[in-house]
Amino acid sequence: MSKTASSTVPATVPLEEQLEWQRAMLEIRFFEEECHRMFARGLVRGSTHLAAGQEAVNVGACRALRPTDLMACTYRGHAAVLAKGAPLDRCFGEILGKAEGLCRGKGGSMHLTDMSVGAIGSFAIIGAHLPIVLGTAYAEVYRGSDGVSLCFFGDGSTNIGAFHESLNLAAIWKLPVVFVCENNLYGEFSPIAHTTPVDELVVRADAYGMPGVRIDGMDIGVVHTTVSEAVARARAGEGPTFIEAMTYRYKGHSRADPGAYRPEGELERWLERDPLILHERALLAQGVEQTVLDEMRATAERTVADALERAMSWADPAPETRLEDVYA
Amino acid sequence: MSRTITYREAVVEALADAMEEDETVFLFGEDVAEAGGPFKLSEGLLERFGPRRVRDTPISEQAIVGTAIGASLSGLRPVAEIMFADFAAVCFDGIVNELAKYRYMTGGQVDVPATIRLGNGAGAGFAAQHSQSVENWFLNVPGLKIAVPGTPADAYGLLRAAIRDPDPVLVFEHKHLFNHKGEVADTPEVVELGRAEVVRAGSDVTLVATQLMRHRALEAAELLAGEGVSVEVIDPRTLVPLDLETIGASLDRTNRLVIAQECSHDGSWGATLVSRLMADRFEMLDAPPLIVGGDETPIPYAGGLEELWIPSVERIADGVRRTLAF
Repeated sequence: MSKTASSTVPATVPLEEQLEWQRAMLEIRFFEEECHRMFARGLVRGSTHLAAGQEAVNVGACRALRPTDLMACTYRGHAAVLAKGAPLDRCFGEILGKAEGLCRGKGGSMHLTDMSVGAIGSFAIIGAHLPIVLGTAYAEVYRGSDGVSLCFFGDGSTNIGAFHESLNLAAIWKLPVVFVCENNLYGEFSPIAHTTPVDELVVRADAYGMPGVRIDGMDIGVVHTTVSEAVARARAGEGPTFIEAMTYRYKGHSRADPGAYRPEGELERWLERDPLILHERALLAQGVEQTVLDEMRATAERTVADALERAMSWADPAPETRLEDVYA
Repeated sequence: MSRTITYREAVVEALADAMEEDETVFLFGEDVAEAGGPFKLSEGLLERFGPRRVRDTPISEQAIVGTAIGASLSGLRPVAEIMFADFAAVCFDGIVNELAKYRYMTGGQVDVPATIRLGNGAGAGFAAQHSQSVENWFLNVPGLKIAVPGTPADAYGLLRAAIRDPDPVLVFEHKHLFNHKGEVADTPEVVELGRAEVVRAGSDVTLVATQLMRHRALEAAELLAGEGVSVEVIDPRTLVPLDLETIGASLDRTNRLVIAQECSHDGSWGATLVSRLMADRFEMLDAPPLIVGGDETPIPYAGGLEELWIPSVERIADGVRRTLAF
């Protein structure tokens, strides 16, 4: 892992767009750092699952989609929902359980949803959303439109039944779905080798007659290129693709987990290939000034801090709202 | 003008009329298309509406329910078939954790107008895993609506209402009634969810029953009429929403309540009904409410044993007699 490694962005992606990727990843990183602090201060109920380290997968994939395409993700979903375009302040608001939160304070950290930007849900039952994107994808086919549904899920999901039912149906119906496995090497606290008899999860795509590809999920250029190809296939009516993106979560499984089961030095090796660093090097290599990048970082940090401040100022949900939204 | 059709024909007709009325309605499930349905509940629909709107699926109940959820999020009105209601156990997560809670957990961002049809009930010798009254499993899950049609008119009318409804509705179609014949209007009516039907007026006791039990309750009422007892038979038709007003008003006149249900007691709709009515109308009762239900066992296979498990006309009538004698 060279210290000079950088992300590999194809020449077809304009520099302006590449800069926007970096801005989005920075905001997500600062967002997750704020969440970590919020938990430490006891501002958040239940649990949380931070995606710091996985930003390139979420941003790279979501930037390969149109705003009208749909995205479903896991309970480690802050990054994906933000990448799809949900506002920072209302995401904070939801995690803080505020009335102005994305879900009026009824979902919380594990269930961020913003239908208005096509973020159809964050799902906390492992694998539960894979069957659901079958339906959103079939709705596109049904209407004769060329929309695509993208589904993020963890390595652990590939051992649950819903995964297999979903890949099978998606393939047999040739549905416009892109399955993106965020393989961060651990299902909760268990290394994948302890739970899964194959070294590469991508081989499971073969069982469903579906193209599969394993990629470097720390390299936003590779993620974007690969997902773009899969999206093009899906739009063209050629069916689903399985992408295994190798990545790493810097924090433990949840806030209660310090990640002590990880071998010494593993985190450090992954940090050397941090997606923000790799992409910053790519931008520098294309002639972007360091001062521009520093300014971008400072602006992102301030934007996130301002969003949190707004969210903290919002009211708690009114008591009577607990009875609303059960039925139409 | 009215005509006589079977429960099965009513389901097929409701599906066809719903698809005719609304381009966003489509049907899918195991063997619903080319085979016309394992119980022939979708016969002719593939030929009429084509494979885009009438689709076979693999034997994958989780995928079926997930497809219904996703399609409804995207503004379609999917109708999914779960062949035997008992298979709901295989896709319980989709129904209970996703479908039922989607609207609430997103703070009302989206409607989920999915209809799930499930083949329900005992009486045909399918044994314990293919005969249960599965509606009871979902009573404690806010967010779902539950329809339990017992006649061809209700099979038609409730299914039409379910498909039009903006919320998820589970429609339990009773397997032992598929050949049951009944009257429907020439243009059958949509039946509003949450409206009980007073099937037979009476003054001595209120007898509440659904599906197969509704018919046995009517027979019991006929039998008891010969003994000079006037039984009011009420079919709630939907368990969520539950029409407590109609049932309660009846109880206010008869002061006696008997429920006939095709399931054991604990966690059942009958037990729920008793507790709701007792809370509001304790002083109206002249006798303890009585539930005539299945034994506290899985449903047996052998014909004689299964028939003993399911409440018979005589057992229901006896329950009424005991309540009157209190």
